Amino acid sequence: MTEYQGQSGFEYLRAQTGRHLSLLISKPSEMLNPLFFFLLVIILFPIGLGPEREVLSDLAPGILWVVALLSNLMISQRLFVDDFDDGSLEQLVFAPVPLALAALPQLLAIWLTSGLLLALVSPVFALMLGLPEQALIPLMSSLALGSAVMCLLGGVGAALTVGVQRGGILLGLLILPLYIPVLIVGSRAVTEAVLTGGDPTVPLAFLGAALTASLLLAPFAIAAGLRISLEL
Amino acid sequence: MWRIVHQFGSPPWVYRFCERVIPWLLPITFTALVIGSLWGLLYAPTDYKQGDSYRIIYIHVPAAVVALAGYYVMAAAGLVSLVWKIKLADTAMRAAAPIGAAYTAIALITGAIWGKPTWGAWWVWDARITSMLILLFLYLGVIALFEAYENKAIAARACAVLSLVGTVNIPIIYKSVDWWYSLHQPASIKFTGPSAIDASMLYPLLGMIITFYALFAVLMMINLRDLLLDDHRSSAWLKKQLEA
Amino acid sequence: MTGSILLEAQQCSVSRGLRTLVSGVSLEVAAGAIWHLVGSNGVGKTSLLRALAGLARIQVTGDIKRHAPMLYFGHSLALKSALTPRDNLNRHPSGGLVSDSQAIDKALSAVGLSGYEDAVTGRLSAGQQRRVALARLWLSPPPLWLLDEPFTALDTSGITVLENKIVSHCSAGGAVVFTSHQAPDLGAQLQTINLEDYRGD
Repeated sequence: MTEYQGQSGFEYLRAQTGRHLSLLISKPSEMLNPLFFFLLVIILFPIGLGPEREVLSDLAPGILWVVALLSNLMISQRLFVDDFDDGSLEQLVFAPVPLALAALPQLLAIWLTSGLLLALVSPVFALMLGLPEQALIPLMSSLALGSAVMCLLGGVGAALTVGVQRGGILLGLLILPLYIPVLIVGSRAVTEAVLTGGDPTVPLAFLGAALTASLLLAPFAIAAGLRISLEL
Repeated sequence: MWRIVHQFGSPPWVYRFCERVIPWLLPITFTALVIGSLWGLLYAPTDYKQGDSYRIIYIHVPAAVVALAGYYVMAAAGLVSLVWKIKLADTAMRAAAPIGAAYTAIALITGAIWGKPTWGAWWVWDARITSMLILLFLYLGVIALFEAYENKAIAARACAVLSLVGTVNIPIIYKSVDWWYSLHQPASIKFTGPSAIDASMLYPLLGMIITFYALFAVLMMINLRDLLLDDHRSSAWLKKQLEA
Repeated sequence: MTGSILLEAQQCSVSRGLRTLVSGVSLEVAAGAIWHLVGSNGVGKTSLLRALAGLARIQVTGDIKRHAPMLYFGHSLALKSALTPRDNLNRHPSGGLVSDSQAIDKALSAVGLSGYEDAVTGRLSAGQQRRVALARLWLSPPPLWLLDEPFTALDTSGITVLENKIVSHCSAGGAVVFTSHQAPDLGAQLQTINLEDYRGD
């Protein structure tokens, strides 16, 4: 028998990211769901609050961030579910990388097609709410960083609840408290940019630190959660 | 063979310990609770600014302090259960969660009652109250996650992981909520911290905090005993224990 | 070729909930060996196979030592119906497969699916989908195979192809543990464990 040679870890992670990306892209309507949700809810605010520009632009940072948080919650509810049902998740045990790393390609693919996408198109919604132009770059960067943190935290919750019936509401209860610091700091970054003399770099730096910390810690919690859900 | 060794581990010892301690700790705690309440509600001086309404502090603050400590008790039990795979630690975690949640709820309710005469509203988004609310959700999450799993051994592991994730996050949540509050704080609302209060008010407060800790301990033992009774229904040691 | 041990299980017990399914199973899988786990429905064949694969650690007691990389083929095929068979194999979540497209064409034609390389997996029949998943066995797989009901839903020619593949894999130094209600023709290397003899409780 020739000596067994599997994929290298790097090849594997690249292939899996590609797999998840093509899966997401093969169902564009599902992929764009969080984005449509974001648009629909944003439209509701001017209708509910009235069209006064000052009121809307005062509330805009909070509205944009709360709705972004909710669409991230929606995304988390889809994480791992299909892979659990069709047996792909248990095959990760045989992957050439540790489980903590093997779960990351899916998170990366999801973040690229939802969190990052939302951050990129957010200026359109922000301008509809009358957010001043100098706040657009802080909005985009805070959403990009914050959604990555929320994706990792959501991954922890999703890993813990993927084996549970009707895990959706439960997942919300588990991860919303964890999202709160991200919401506070993220919306602050945008508010600072709106204020005269405000400086959004401190909140943005905090989000960067949160992303680094959750990149280091969350994969282990995700792996522990997946082991529990797979009864390993 | 292994199963027998496991069963002769600590559960019988802990069960007997609970049985022995509860009968005297429960009355002591109860008496302390009555004395502390009377001291705080009747003998401690009236606050010059808030009048008598401040007296709810003798329930609110101890409940809040112990509620937070209770989360760490739960998470510590979870850590022990994950690292050393001791089943008893699972049981301790399950015993602590509902008590902690109840303490948190008491802190929130008394906070709301206190808020009405002090700030003129039942609910004020004060930093501490907001943090308490988030803590309540953290507790409810652990309890709901435990209920969601059919296999309770797996449920306990999941809860242990969740409570550890919560432990890492609690300081961050508290800090960020403090920061959020300080940015939005209206100047008229001020919270008198316990350190600023007079000794005649402070001692009954400290007494109540200690009593609330004791109450947490005794309630946890009662819970632990009941859970052990339930988990070990069919084991020989329990039958022997109950006959004796 | 034979001699090296790929998997050892000693006094292994598997339970589900509070029930012990099988207990006291000891098994030594040497290179070149083919083990067939038999027993009636619900006796714990799948559970034992998953335990050997390391997929059910919570319910397992006993000592299992894994000395070689494994390929696990389970009830759930780990196929994505939106992807093509080629993509499903090329980017399989277990990794460890040769990823050049000629090898995949060859593997798919070995399982009788040439022409379907770029079809949509979800549109294939149940038997064809199982063949796609089985094509992993042709893509320079790990030495130890744990196959749960690999012969189910295959036609007679498919069964023969799989039998030949298992025999040739083992004569090349690999090893196979599988469950099946059929009695496949796997030559002299075939050994059988009847799990009825190890029933728990």
